[in-house]
Amino acid sequence: MLSVIVFLPLVVAVGLLSATWLADSMARWLFLAATLVEVVLVGIVWAGYHDPGTGRLAYQEQVPWIPGVSSSYHVGVDGLSLPLVAMTVVVFAAGAVYALRERDRPRLQAALFLFLEGVSLGLFVSADLIVFFVFFDLSIVAMYFSIAGWGQGDAARSAMKFFLYTFLGSLALLLGFIGLYVAADPHTFDMVELARATPLAGSPVAGALVLAAILLGLAVKTPTFPFHTWLPSAHTDAPAIGSLVLAAVLLKMGTYGFVRIAMPMLPQAWQAWAPVIIVIGVISVLYGALVALAQTDLKRMIAYTSVNHMGYIVLAVGVAGVISRDTEQARAVAVTGAVTQMVSHGLVTGALFLLAGVMRDRTGSYDIREYGGLAAVAPRYIGLFAVAAFASLGLPALSGFIAEFQVFTGSVAVVPVTAVALLGILITAALFLRALQAVFTGTTRGLSVDFTDLRPSETWSAGLLLALSLFVGVLPRPLLDVIEPAAHTVVGLVGR
Amino acid sequence: MSEPVSELVLWAVVLVPTVVGGCLAVAAFLGGTSRALDRMAAPLAVATATLTLVVSSIAALTRPSVDVPFMAGTSFGLGVDALSALLLPTVAAVILLVLVFAAGDICESRARFHGLMLLFAAAALLTVTATTLPVLLLAWEVMGATSYALVAFWWRDERRVSSGLTAFLTTRAADLGLYAAAGAALGGGAGLALPDLADAAGGWRDAVALGVLVAGLGKAAQLPFSFWLSRAMDGPSPVSALLHSAAMVAMGGYLLLRTAPLLDATGWAGPVTAWVGAVTALLLGAVAVAQSDLKQLLAASTSAQLGFVVLAAGVGAVSGGAAHLVAHAATKSLLFLVAGAWLSALGTKQLSALPGAGRLWPLVGVTGTVGALSLAGVVPLSLWATKDAVLAGALEQSPLLYVVGLAGAALSAAYAGKLLFLIWRPLPGDAEEWYDKEETGTREVGRLQQAPLVVLAVGAAALGVLALPPVADTLRRALGGHTSPVASLTELVTSAVLALAVLAVVARVRLPEPQVLHGWLGLEVAAHAVLVRPTLRLGELLARFDDQVLDRSVTLTSSAVLAGARRVGDLDVHVVDGVVESVAAGARRLGQLARRPQTGQLHQYFIQAVAMLAVAVILLVAVG
Repeated sequence: MLSVIVFLPLVVAVGLLSATWLADSMARWLFLAATLVEVVLVGIVWAGYHDPGTGRLAYQEQVPWIPGVSSSYHVGVDGLSLPLVAMTVVVFAAGAVYALRERDRPRLQAALFLFLEGVSLGLFVSADLIVFFVFFDLSIVAMYFSIAGWGQGDAARSAMKFFLYTFLGSLALLLGFIGLYVAADPHTFDMVELARATPLAGSPVAGALVLAAILLGLAVKTPTFPFHTWLPSAHTDAPAIGSLVLAAVLLKMGTYGFVRIAMPMLPQAWQAWAPVIIVIGVISVLYGALVALAQTDLKRMIAYTSVNHMGYIVLAVGVAGVISRDTEQARAVAVTGAVTQMVSHGLVTGALFLLAGVMRDRTGSYDIREYGGLAAVAPRYIGLFAVAAFASLGLPALSGFIAEFQVFTGSVAVVPVTAVALLGILITAALFLRALQAVFTGTTRGLSVDFTDLRPSETWSAGLLLALSLFVGVLPRPLLDVIEPAAHTVVGLVGR
Repeated sequence: MSEPVSELVLWAVVLVPTVVGGCLAVAAFLGGTSRALDRMAAPLAVATATLTLVVSSIAALTRPSVDVPFMAGTSFGLGVDALSALLLPTVAAVILLVLVFAAGDICESRARFHGLMLLFAAAALLTVTATTLPVLLLAWEVMGATSYALVAFWWRDERRVSSGLTAFLTTRAADLGLYAAAGAALGGGAGLALPDLADAAGGWRDAVALGVLVAGLGKAAQLPFSFWLSRAMDGPSPVSALLHSAAMVAMGGYLLLRTAPLLDATGWAGPVTAWVGAVTALLLGAVAVAQSDLKQLLAASTSAQLGFVVLAAGVGAVSGGAAHLVAHAATKSLLFLVAGAWLSALGTKQLSALPGAGRLWPLVGVTGTVGALSLAGVVPLSLWATKDAVLAGALEQSPLLYVVGLAGAALSAAYAGKLLFLIWRPLPGDAEEWYDKEETGTREVGRLQQAPLVVLAVGAAALGVLALPPVADTLRRALGGHTSPVASLTELVTSAVLALAVLAVVARVRLPEPQVLHGWLGLEVAAHAVLVRPTLRLGELLARFDDQVLDRSVTLTSSAVLAGARRVGDLDVHVVDGVVESVAAGARRLGQLARRPQTGQLHQYFIQAVAMLAVAVILLVAVG
C-alpha cells in the first residue's frame, strides 16, 4: 500500500513528462486528480492504522535492494511519519488546486511536483537510511528545478544557493549515516535495526561526532540558526506552490530526521548534545521572530517566521534529551507538540505562502509598503490572510496553539528557563498584525487600488489548508491519538 | 434534569454563539457585502443571545460539568460551580442587552460586527466555564483576538487598527504568564485542572501563581498594563459596553477570584495582588477624574473598579469581589451604552460638548444618572455595598490597604460626580456647535438603544443585595468563603457619607486635569520607549546582521571555494600540464635530432656504420 502511495505520483509524473501531446488543461486536471487519489489512499491507510508499538512499523514492506551493504527497500509508518504523510498529500492537493490557473508550462510543472510528491512521501515512509538519503537528495534536485524553472527575480542564483547549501548538508548527513553503518554490528542501514542496536552507545566520542554530522545535515535542511540564510532567498524567488512545498514539506524532512533518526539511534549522544540543541532552538525562535519583524517583503517575513516555528520543534526535541526523574510525561508532551508543530506549520505556513503568491500574480510585488487598505477591494483575501496570520501566531482554536502549547508546557516543565522562548509568540503576534495592518487597513492606496480579490482556485487551496488547521485546533484528538504513543516511544528510546 | 441533557445544555452555552457567530463572520468575508445578510445579522444575533441566556441560566441552576480528552496530559473540562453560576447569567444577560442596543446603533458591516461579537461572547462564556488551564487559555486568547478585530472594526482609520494592535499585544504579553503557568503546573505534578493548581510542588507553585497573576492583571487592565484599555476606547461603544465592563476586562478579575486559594497558598501572591488592586483603584481613579473624554473616563474607571475586584482576590474576599464584579458589569455597561447613545446621536463624546446632554433624552439621562450614582457609591445603589464588602476584607489584612481602598472609593465619587453634574447643567445655547466633532450625529436615540438601558439601570441599582444580608450570607456559603468578612455598619456608613461628601465638593469645585493623569500616567509612552522601540531596533540590527554577516559569510565561503578551485585549475594548466608538455617537447626534439642522420645517401650511411663499428670496438676493448 505504501509503495503504491509513493510510486503512483512518480508513474504519473513520468507519464506526463512523455505525453508531449497533452493539452495544458488536461495536465492541470490530471495533476489534481493524482493528488486527490493520494489523499484517498492515505485516508485509507489512516483509517486502518493501529499504533505498532516500540521497534515496529505499520504497513511494513521490505525488499532486498543493495545486499552488499545490507540496504533494503524498507518502508513503513508509525505515529511520527503518518501525520507527515497525511500533511504532505493534503499540501500537494492544495498545490494542485492552486495550480489550476498555472499558465507557464503546466504539464512540466505537474510532472515535477508529482515527482516531488512521490519523493517526499518516500522519504517519510522509508525505514532504511540509504533509501532515506536517496529521497532526501532527489527532493533537493526537484526543488532546484522548481525554483530555477518557475521562479522569479534572481531565481537561478537562489536555486543554486538552495541546491548547494542543502546538498552540502546532505553530504554531512551521509557521513553520519556511514558512521552508523560502520559502527553497527552486523553492518546495516536499516533504521529499525539501528534504533534497536544503538550502535555507538559505548563510544561517546564517536557517537558525538556521528551525531554532529547528522545534526549539521538536518540543521541545514530544517533550517535552524545559523544555517538558515538559504531560506529567505529561496522562498522569495520561488513560485507560490514551490514555496508551499518547500515550507510545508521539505523543511519537515529536517525536523523529521531528528525524531526518526538522530534521537532513537544515538540516544546517549543526543542526551549529551541536548543543551546545545535547546540553545539552538531558543535562538532560532527569538532570532527568527526578530529578523522577521524587520522585514518589509512579505515572503521574506514569512520565511523568517519559519525559522522561528522550526525553533519550537528543535527546542522540544532538545528538551526530550534532558533526562531527569518524573519528567517522562512532560518530555512526551514536548515531543507530541513538536510533531504536531510539523503538521501545523505545513498547513498554516503553506497557506500563507499561497496567499502571498497571490500578490505576485496580481502586482508582482511582495513589498508591504506598496499596499494599504486592501480590505476594501479584497474581503476574501483579508479574511483568509487574517485567519492564516492568527494561526501562525498561535491563536487557540487553530492548530498552531495545539502545537505550541504542548511544546511550551513540556519544555518549561523540564527546563524552566526555556520559558524565554515564549517571547517568540509575542513577537510573531506583533509582526503579523503589523503586516496585516500595513497591507489591508487604512485608505486604499498604491498597488491595492486595482487588486482583484481571490479567485476560486486560490480561495479553495488556502481555505482547505486553513480549514484543516481549524479542525486540528478544535478537535486535536484524531491527530494526537496517532502522535502521542509514538512520542512516548521516542522519549523512551532517548531515555535509554 | 437528567445528566446527559444538562451536559448538552453546557455545551450549548458555548457552541450556540460559536456556530452562529462563526457562520456570520465567514459569510461576511466570503460573501462580500450582501445587503440581505446585513439585514438579518442583527435579529439573528439577538435571537442567538437570547437562546444563550436561556441555556446559561439553566446551566447555572443545574451546575453540570463535562470533561473530554484534549491535548497530551490534559482534558477539555467545562463546569459550573457557584462562582460561574453567578457570572454565567450575568455575562449572557449583558451580551443580550448590548446586542439589542447594537441592533439600533451599528449600521454598517452588520454581519461582520455581530459575527465577531458572538464569537467574542462564546469565548467569554467559555472562560467562565473552563475548568482546566488549556481551555481557559484557549478562551482567554480568543477573547483577545476577537477584541482586536472589534476595536479595529472601523479599519479604514489606521489609528483604530493600531489601538486594536496595542490592546491585543499588551494583553498577550500578559497572557504569556498562563503559558508559563501551564508548564510550571505540569512540572510541579499538579496537572492542569484549575482547582488543582494550588497543589503544585515547591517553587513550581510560586511560578504558577506568578503566571496566573500576571495574566489576570493584564486582562483586568491593572497597573502597569492599564494603558491598553485607553486605546481600546477607539472601538465602537457597544464593544466597550461588553468587553470593557462585563466580559473581557472582568474576566481578569474573575480569574484571580477563581485562583484566590492558589494566590493565598504562596504567602506572597495574595498581598501583592491586593496591593496592585488597591493602588490601581487609587491611581486609575485619579486618572479617571482627569479625563476630558467620556469613554476615557469610563475606561479609567473600569480599571479602578476592577482594582477592587483584584484587591478582593488578594485578600480572599471572594464573595465580595464576585458581587462587585457583577454589580460593576451592570453599572459600567449601562454607562458605556449611555455614552454610545450620545456619541451616535450627538457625534461627540467630549465632556466639553456634553453639558446638559442628560436633558435631551430623559430616559438616557435618568438611566445614566442611576449608573453614575451607583459608580459614586451612593446609598443604596449597588456598588456602594459591594465595594464595602471588598474593603472589609482589606481592613482585616491591613488598615493601610483599607485606607488606600477607601481613597479609591472617594475618587470614584469624584469622577462619577464630574459626569453627573455635567450632564444636568442647563443646555448651553451654542450646544450644537460642539457636536459632530468625531462623527456625524443622528440626533436621535432609538427604542432599541433605550430599552437595554432600563434593564441595566435596574441591575445597577439593585445588585447591591448580593453584598448585603441575607443574600450575602448565602453567596458566601456557596463560594466556600466562610472566613471572608462582612462590612460592619460603621464601614457602610463611613463610605456612604464619604461618597456624599465628595459629591458635594465636586458640585462646587472644578476638578483639575493634570497632564500626567490625563495621559494615563504616561504608561503607553513608557512602554513604547522601553519595550517597543528597542525591540524593533533589535529586529532591524539582527536583520542587517543576517544579511551582511551570516549570509555574506556563506557567499564569501562559496566564492572562496570558487577562487580556490580556480587557483587549482591554474596549477593544473601551468604546472602539471606544463610538465607533461615539456616532456612531450623534449621527446619531439630528440625525435628531430634522430631524424638528422637519415639523409638517404649511401656513402654517408657507410661512414656512420664505420664510425659505429669503431666506437663498438673501442668500447669492447676498453671494457674487456
